[in-house]
Amino acid sequence: MNIKFDDPNRPNSYIGRTVPRPNAGRLVAGKGRYVDDITLPRMVHVAFLRCPHAHAKIGEIDTEEARAQKGVLGIFTARDLAQVCTPWEGKLAHLEGMKTPPQSALAIDRATWAGEPVVAVVARTRAEAEAAAALVIVDFEPLPAVTDMRSALDKDTPVLHPQFDDNLCFRKENATATPQKAFDGAHTVVESEFKIGRHTGVTLEPRVIIADWNGGEGELTAHVSNQAPHMLQVLLAKHMGIPESRVRVICGDVGGSFGVKVHVYPDEVATAAIAKIMGRPVKFCADRLESFTSDIHARDHEATGRIAVDESGKILGFDVDDWTGIGPYSIYPRTSAVEGLQVTNLIGGPYDFEHYRVRSTTVFQNKGICAQYRAVGHPVAVAITEGLVDMAAAEMGIDPIEFRRRNVIRDDAYPVTTAAGLKLEGLSHEKSLDALVEAMDYDVLRAEQADLRKRGIHRGIGIASFIELTNPSPFMYGIGGARISAQDGCTVRMDPDGSVVVLTGVTEQGQGTEAIMAQIVAEAVGIRPDMVRVVTGDTRVTPFGGGTWASRGAGIGGEAALKAGRALRDQILGIAASMLQAKAEGLDIRDGQIVDAASGEDRLPLEELGRVVYFRGDTLPKDLSRELMQTRHYITSDYPYAFTNGVQASYVEVDTETGFVKLLKHWCVEDCGRIINPQLVDEQIRGGIVQGIGGALFEEIVYDDEGQIQNGSMADYLVPMSGEMPDMVIRHVETPTQESELGAKGAGEAGTAGAPAAVMNAINDAIRPLGGQVTRMPFTPERVLRALGTLKD
Amino acid sequence: MKAQVGGYARAEDMAHAIRLLADAEGMGRVLAGGQSLVAALNMGLSFGDLLVDITGLSDLRGVREEDDRLVIGALMRHADVATDPLIARHVPLLAQAAPLIAHEAIRNRGTIGGSLAHADPAAEFPACAVALDAVIRLTGPDGEREVAATDFFRDVFETEMREGEILTGIVVPKTQAGERHVIREAARRAGDYAIAGLAVVIRGGAHRIAAFGTGPTPLLCTVAMERLDAGDVDGAVSALSDALDPPSDTQGSAAYRRHLAGVLLHRIATELGEDV
Ligand SMILES: Cc1cc2nc3c(=O)[nH]c(=O)nc-3n(C[C@H](O)[C@H](O)[C@H](O)COP(=O)(O)OP(=O)(O)OC[C@H]3O[C@@H](n4cnc5c(N)ncnc54)[C@H](O)[C@@H]3O)c2cc1C
Repeated sequence: MNIKFDDPNRPNSYIGRTVPRPNAGRLVAGKGRYVDDITLPRMVHVAFLRCPHAHAKIGEIDTEEARAQKGVLGIFTARDLAQVCTPWEGKLAHLEGMKTPPQSALAIDRATWAGEPVVAVVARTRAEAEAAAALVIVDFEPLPAVTDMRSALDKDTPVLHPQFDDNLCFRKENATATPQKAFDGAHTVVESEFKIGRHTGVTLEPRVIIADWNGGEGELTAHVSNQAPHMLQVLLAKHMGIPESRVRVICGDVGGSFGVKVHVYPDEVATAAIAKIMGRPVKFCADRLESFTSDIHARDHEATGRIAVDESGKILGFDVDDWTGIGPYSIYPRTSAVEGLQVTNLIGGPYDFEHYRVRSTTVFQNKGICAQYRAVGHPVAVAITEGLVDMAAAEMGIDPIEFRRRNVIRDDAYPVTTAAGLKLEGLSHEKSLDALVEAMDYDVLRAEQADLRKRGIHRGIGIASFIELTNPSPFMYGIGGARISAQDGCTVRMDPDGSVVVLTGVTEQGQGTEAIMAQIVAEAVGIRPDMVRVVTGDTRVTPFGGGTWASRGAGIGGEAALKAGRALRDQILGIAASMLQAKAEGLDIRDGQIVDAASGEDRLPLEELGRVVYFRGDTLPKDLSRELMQTRHYITSDYPYAFTNGVQASYVEVDTETGFVKLLKHWCVEDCGRIINPQLVDEQIRGGIVQGIGGALFEEIVYDDEGQIQNGSMADYLVPMSGEMPDMVIRHVETPTQESELGAKGAGEAGTAGAPAAVMNAINDAIRPLGGQVTRMPFTPERVLRALGTLKD
Repeated sequence: MKAQVGGYARAEDMAHAIRLLADAEGMGRVLAGGQSLVAALNMGLSFGDLLVDITGLSDLRGVREEDDRLVIGALMRHADVATDPLIARHVPLLAQAAPLIAHEAIRNRGTIGGSLAHADPAAEFPACAVALDAVIRLTGPDGEREVAATDFFRDVFETEMREGEILTGIVVPKTQAGERHVIREAARRAGDYAIAGLAVVIRGGAHRIAAFGTGPTPLLCTVAMERLDAGDVDGAVSALSDALDPPSDTQGSAAYRRHLAGVLLHRIATELGEDV
């Protein structure tokens, strides 16, 4: 059951308000402390020789000349590291039939993508390590590369891993009893191909780790830019054979992650292994060029989809065949099969219909590894669904808003289980559509569009409804055997002066975790947010938790914070009642003062209570419990996930001579349940939209047939930049989850989930009257022109 | 990647700079704004260079009038070119081009001399120099010389500059009465190098068109110029298309670049009030 946080005049009303971020000033002043800012005594640097071929046998490795270089302290190959660290397999038991071979910190005998680390060179400086790495001679014997996903399973395609029969990693079909029924004799059936490009996260701060082995203690400390410190702690312990209590992972300031930093990377594990062998701190900091070949990639889907609609414009069913190529290994420990799995769950998500069949095929190839990245699977599923919905609406001459109104699951129908089998607690598609229409002034915009069309100006309006998976339970990873924590914890401690320290298992990547934790605890305890100090990202001190992923921080970590804060409040009031000879129920804490709950009259400052408890405990009754430190953990259990929903709209102008698309405006109405900090939510949505627009218009890692990246630099891989971004209008509907007291769901991925589809639909709305249609992202000017038939050769 | 530089020296004057380059035995590299060179060093595209920093040579800054010509110093930064009153009055093409280059932070350091010497085929200033029929001034161990912009650019990142020479400035004819300058380009994001662009000058009734981003060097499109002189815009567009041999890359195919150049020419013609 929710607590009501609606009354803005309630005491300590911080939940629901835009409260400044406690870390913003420090970061803006340049006082952040990122891993690369840390220098430890005796620290050395590692650089990796990476395989230049997409697929190659590794022969002789000649390190003689490199070893003789100034400053070089050690050179390591796979066999050296195998002494201290075991290989891993990114598999989940509940993903039936999935396979992936063991992966090691450095490639053994065979390298399987251009960029795979093969040899590690350690020197006094990174420059020396790089210079020496360039002198290591590896006898690579190039092998045929598998690069095309659609033919990866063909008989005459070479099999990438000799221990397997084919290049299939995972295949999943999710279907209702009679999927074909929808399409037999349906009034309208629309079919289309879709392609979503291969992206990468491009975090401002690259991946970086300093591993420090203390032989005296038998203990490993890793300072690392990461989203899931406890996960990394557990996995480093497991693969290096150290007790978990002797692995400490510290994630200080993290400069963006987006999913890039929630995985186990061979070069980072190698760095830890080398630190253990050398007995001194070793730093690895990915540079921008190696980030393109060694950070995870994502998306890269090709799909064929069909939608069936009856004569009244009611959706009957979806039928989708989705393919994705994930590189040579499934990522550890989350697997690279989850993205395809999500597609099989999320197609048609907002709609009420009966018949369903989605098959997703995940294949191995000799390219970078694809894995979880902001909004896993969502942009793909939403693009296919909303693309088909708009095509069907256009085919039937029904306005796209009207078409959605006829088909979304009614707001009063919940709880609902969708055709795909998702359990939905409570969503607000109808209210969201209403809010969108109002925010856009939809009819006026349509009139403007028609008017401009007459003058040869081609504008388009694109709509995309979506659902987003947040607050995952162990159903996502834990049940598959992965040591990934879905629960999270929070410890709240009052110091003698009444200020509070919060230790949370959720991490800060720049998204504002520390801000919302401070707000929640301030409200729960009854103090000002500036009296709260939040500590994140240190496995030695914070409660064991999952970290940042799948939009879980606010909903799960926030609930743990609320519970811990309220427990501290109860404890404080219990002590105060004893000191004041009053009943605890008659007291409250407001603004750091214990007050009479009814009259609001001051009774006792918190610092006086702190003084007595910590320094004159002798004056309190002997058996009075006095733990001014409380810990609570929280896990979701009623639903596997707390789904959120929303709808986006994009307004674009297409230059039909050049193919350029100008983004004029973007709207998003979103329902993440309880909003803790409106500005943070809005900025999450905006940032997410920008990332979605990146996929729609700019971002695509291009490989040639030999498996070589053609655009692996910031000059050639185009990230979205502020100059091209439209003004964005963000609105909210609040449908709190009833499972928690806080009622918060996640908001981190909604923008990314819906934006590509909205932009695609807008472009198609603009060019449809000219006979054009685009479905292959990113929609480069050239692709738009080709769709218009202007460019033929 | 860490830059592997052979050395660094700051030149005190021109003679010193020339001497430093001569002593470097082929490894000398002029460092101006560093906005192309430092990126190249950081990407490991060049190593062992002995950098000769010329940013202290104040003679290479500023703009001077020389009769009916303007001499623009090599160290004029893109940001200076965009705002200099003499350039605005006498060579509006350069003032129009400067804001199209990269982003503010880069324009605050990058220099016009560096841009010309670097000779990126998609850069704006080299194409402007060709369209303006400018002259490039060089100083080397054997003294000063001048090279016409139309002869200066040889290939991708290759110019007529000889070992040990420094580009000291660019000499541009002042605009005459009735002269028109236009530059247009298409880039995916503001500040990116153009996928295709055109710099056009109408001087004494005759057109000069330089295309950039469409081949190894900026190209003076002579046949298209003649067609435009004759008032035949469509003819000019197809002549342009015939003249260009653009590269294909992840930003666009050769066919797309050729098409784009044609659209830009059409638009420029309209803007200049030619009959379309
Ligand atoms: C993100 C980014 C985007 C960019 N976008 C564009 C763009 O859209 N259009 C564009 O035109 N440019 C662009 N540039 C490049 C920028 O304009 C550079 O400033 C310019 O190319 C080089 O000038 P510089 O003074 O920085 O030269 P430097 O980087 O110092 O030198 C470049 C080369 O020229 C040589 N050199 C420099 N000055 C002299 C001289 N006086 N005599 C002899 N040799 C010399 C150097 O030895 C070196 O080989 C971009 C750069 C970046 C980083």
